[in-house]
Amino acid sequence: MPKKQSISSLVNSLKEKKISVHELFDQFHKVAKENANNSYNLVLDPDYQKSNLEISQERYSNGKNLPLDGIPLGIKDLFCTKGITTTASSKILSNFIPQYESFVTQQLLNDGAIFIGKNNCDEFAMGSSNETSHFGPVVNPWKNKNSPTEKLVPGGSSGGSAAAVAEGSCVASMGTDTGGSIRQPASLCGLVGLKPTFGSCSRWGIVAFASSLDQAGPITNSVEDAAYILNSISKHDFNDSTSSNHPRDDYLKEIDKKLDHKIKIGIPSDYLKNVTPEIIAQIENTKKSLAGYDIEFVDVAFETTDYALSTYYIIAPAEASSNLARYDGIRYGVREEGGNLDDIYLNSRTSGFGDEVTRRILIGTYVLSAGYYDAYYRQAQKVRRLIKDDFQRVFQEVDFILTPTTPNEAFKIGEKLDPIAMYMNDVFTVPTSLAGLPGISLPSGLSANGLPLGVQLIGNYFQEKKLLQLSHLIEKELSFNE
Amino acid sequence: MSNNWEMVIGLEVHAQLKTSSKLFSSSPNLFGSEPNENVNFIDAGMPGMLPVLNWACIEKAIKTGFALNFTINKHSVFERKNYFYPDLPQGYQISQFEFPILSEGYLEIDQPDGNTKKIRIERAHLEQDAGKSIHDIDPKFSFIDLNRVGTPLLEIVSYPDLSSAEDVVNYMSSLRQTLMYIDVCDGNMQEGSLRADVNLSIRKPGGELGTRCEIKNLNSFKFIRQAIEFEFQRQIEVIESGGSVEQNTMLFDTSTGETRPMRSKEFSHDYRYFPDPDLLPVNLTDEQINQIKPSMEELPHQKIARYVSDYKIDKDISKIIIAEKENTILFEKMVNESDVNPKNIASWLVGDIFAFVKEKNLDVLNLLEYTKDITDLLKLISDDVISNKVGKEILPQVLEGKGKPNELVKKMGLEQVSNTDELEKIIDDALMGEEENIAKFQGGSDRVLGYFVGKCLKSTKGKGNPKLINKILLEKLKK
Repeated sequence: MPKKQSISSLVNSLKEKKISVHELFDQFHKVAKENANNSYNLVLDPDYQKSNLEISQERYSNGKNLPLDGIPLGIKDLFCTKGITTTASSKILSNFIPQYESFVTQQLLNDGAIFIGKNNCDEFAMGSSNETSHFGPVVNPWKNKNSPTEKLVPGGSSGGSAAAVAEGSCVASMGTDTGGSIRQPASLCGLVGLKPTFGSCSRWGIVAFASSLDQAGPITNSVEDAAYILNSISKHDFNDSTSSNHPRDDYLKEIDKKLDHKIKIGIPSDYLKNVTPEIIAQIENTKKSLAGYDIEFVDVAFETTDYALSTYYIIAPAEASSNLARYDGIRYGVREEGGNLDDIYLNSRTSGFGDEVTRRILIGTYVLSAGYYDAYYRQAQKVRRLIKDDFQRVFQEVDFILTPTTPNEAFKIGEKLDPIAMYMNDVFTVPTSLAGLPGISLPSGLSANGLPLGVQLIGNYFQEKKLLQLSHLIEKELSFNE
Repeated sequence: MSNNWEMVIGLEVHAQLKTSSKLFSSSPNLFGSEPNENVNFIDAGMPGMLPVLNWACIEKAIKTGFALNFTINKHSVFERKNYFYPDLPQGYQISQFEFPILSEGYLEIDQPDGNTKKIRIERAHLEQDAGKSIHDIDPKFSFIDLNRVGTPLLEIVSYPDLSSAEDVVNYMSSLRQTLMYIDVCDGNMQEGSLRADVNLSIRKPGGELGTRCEIKNLNSFKFIRQAIEFEFQRQIEVIESGGSVEQNTMLFDTSTGETRPMRSKEFSHDYRYFPDPDLLPVNLTDEQINQIKPSMEELPHQKIARYVSDYKIDKDISKIIIAEKENTILFEKMVNESDVNPKNIASWLVGDIFAFVKEKNLDVLNLLEYTKDITDLLKLISDDVISNKVGKEILPQVLEGKGKPNELVKKMGLEQVSNTDELEKIIDDALMGEEENIAKFQGGSDRVLGYFVGKCLKSTKGKGNPKLINKILLEKLKK
């Protein structure tokens, strides 16, 4: 793996003129351009970014640099970027150039970040292995040391983002997480992946998958880098009705601060029922690393974990089936002609959507249909409420919850053909998403095959500051970065 | 035979709200712009765009709630109604379904026998209008105008309490009047600001309800009446020839005056309603609801009651005035800025002034700048400076702004002669050589008095004050 460079060290080097903004960009652009792992749908070249690079360099020269000035970032191809093709890795949007910038990416631009390109992802963010992309699968830069020629998945749906950071083609990448799409690929690529509280980061300008679950967040090399990005993107946005006006902290400033009271971390026994010893060892390692602190670990039990995945696979497709109705080939995107209007719809959508997206539209349409709504959608909404309540019950006893991020290490491309087996990848991340809670995946160790594994730390609503403080501590103690 | 049947009608009225921007976007809510001029990224259903509720629409709904005696629900939910159509860019219409903002209201309408009838209203909910598909410009292509996309609508759904075309027209016009009074809707049916779907079934008096058909999108009182009459006869014919009415959505063909099926139930859509996850439920506090109350305009029936009790104006005349909101604005301005008896103003308004407006095809509000002149004219009459007759002659010039009433009177030499000396001389002249008639009067013939008054008026060319003439004449005759 390439040497990891933190945002703070890069900003310092730029300030001290050890490197120029252009040189830094070129360094990452060179790797991105090779696109060895297919982690980009589109790479922006230095010519395109010329004026942005110059302005950024000028600010450094004037000593007036912005928090992310000159930092090369990858952007999941789900964020609309003004004047830059945004495809959601789908054929149906393969020619779509937005005339607007998403709220989140605009914040990053406002803070001086320079975009390297648009990261590959699962089509419309539907997938857990980045194999559903119209532009082909992304390859995990990590190799199984016992079978080094195998191509492994990076996880998904933000697989291109994770692979890009791991391969060193960008410093960090913006992902989105609906049921684990930031945390799971971060875990499979040995990175930090943060899904903030639902409502922290505006969804305005992000191609919608499941509106009540979608949330933007960073995939980074370190917890500190995640704090850098979160500081930039977590803001109230009037144009997203579900954006929260809860006050935000300076997540970076206090990241080193000692936890101010005794911390209680709950470990849910029901998450560990059917996992391998290797996965359980990740939890044990994490526990051990914190032995020297005033931290107590307690067993907790959820009553709803077994229902979370089915609940998710009703609610998310239901919302998706409606959110994706606008892709009809009429106003933008790819149109397939037909003899009449219905044929245009049928041909455009049949040809424009891949199998997994089609499957979820069908599931979503089914669960919302007359006669099935009460049995599926309404029931799922009720269970979702119980899952939220279940978390709140547990948070009365503990400050954080520690779980594995995924039930397994990165698997081979093409290995999981059964959709249900694929959906099982999200079993630990989905409950957090349904509850709208913040969750972060931290690298916790390597498997017997030399592949990264991660743990997930879950906090209560808008507890990102404490979540990052504790994560920073765990990161330091596990010394995985060294 | 058809008089054995009665019709049972419920109405769904779509009222476009009079707001400056759309229900969920900041695009202007305007009629008559160039195609696709008032369309932003949200309206066009671009990827990643999100709706933001325009609070003005909630306020308009609350006002409607007060005006139509609704329960204003503190909890309402926007849902998505999913279907594909090119003038529906999102692929769904945002509407309210399970939890509408207004429930259980009513409106009272006049009946031919002078009584009123209460029409119950089941619900009213907010929703987006769709765009327009234009099929008749090109033989090969259809054109889409998205200007109307996202225009706020309030759909007002009545119970089937209406039993004739007359009822429906009364209900619709009363509803229209109310919505216009409270500034919720401009009431312009030609532009589609107010449209009705008619649900009609037939039954024998006291019998069971038949299967209903829905006639879509009627945008004039004339069409509503025609469509109901046609559909009523159609259903009777179907049943009396041994058939049964199928539940259908009907289109009204304005060129033939006939209804025909648009789609039958077997092709009906499954709209897959579910709460829109992009929007929060609308939760209102008592405070938010009551805040709207002080801004409530006086309603038509409240105005009638006030005109009758405070101004002693006849109910029928009051009704004529309140028929259009503009009339009341003109009337109340004149009442407020002068001390002329409101009853007097009212009778001039519904008489000569409305006749003038009608003749010249004017907008009533054009007269607002002459209200002072009008009341000055009425004052000249009540002060006996000019006669009623002269007043009527001058009025058109006043309404056309050709001069101030007192100047016009002077210029034309039309002041009433109220000078006693002058009148005495005129009367003396009139009585000269009338000994025979004077004797008749003194002998008890009152008719002669009218003859003398007429003679005096004639010699003053109508300018003599009739009251004074009468008085002096009597004095002289009784001597």
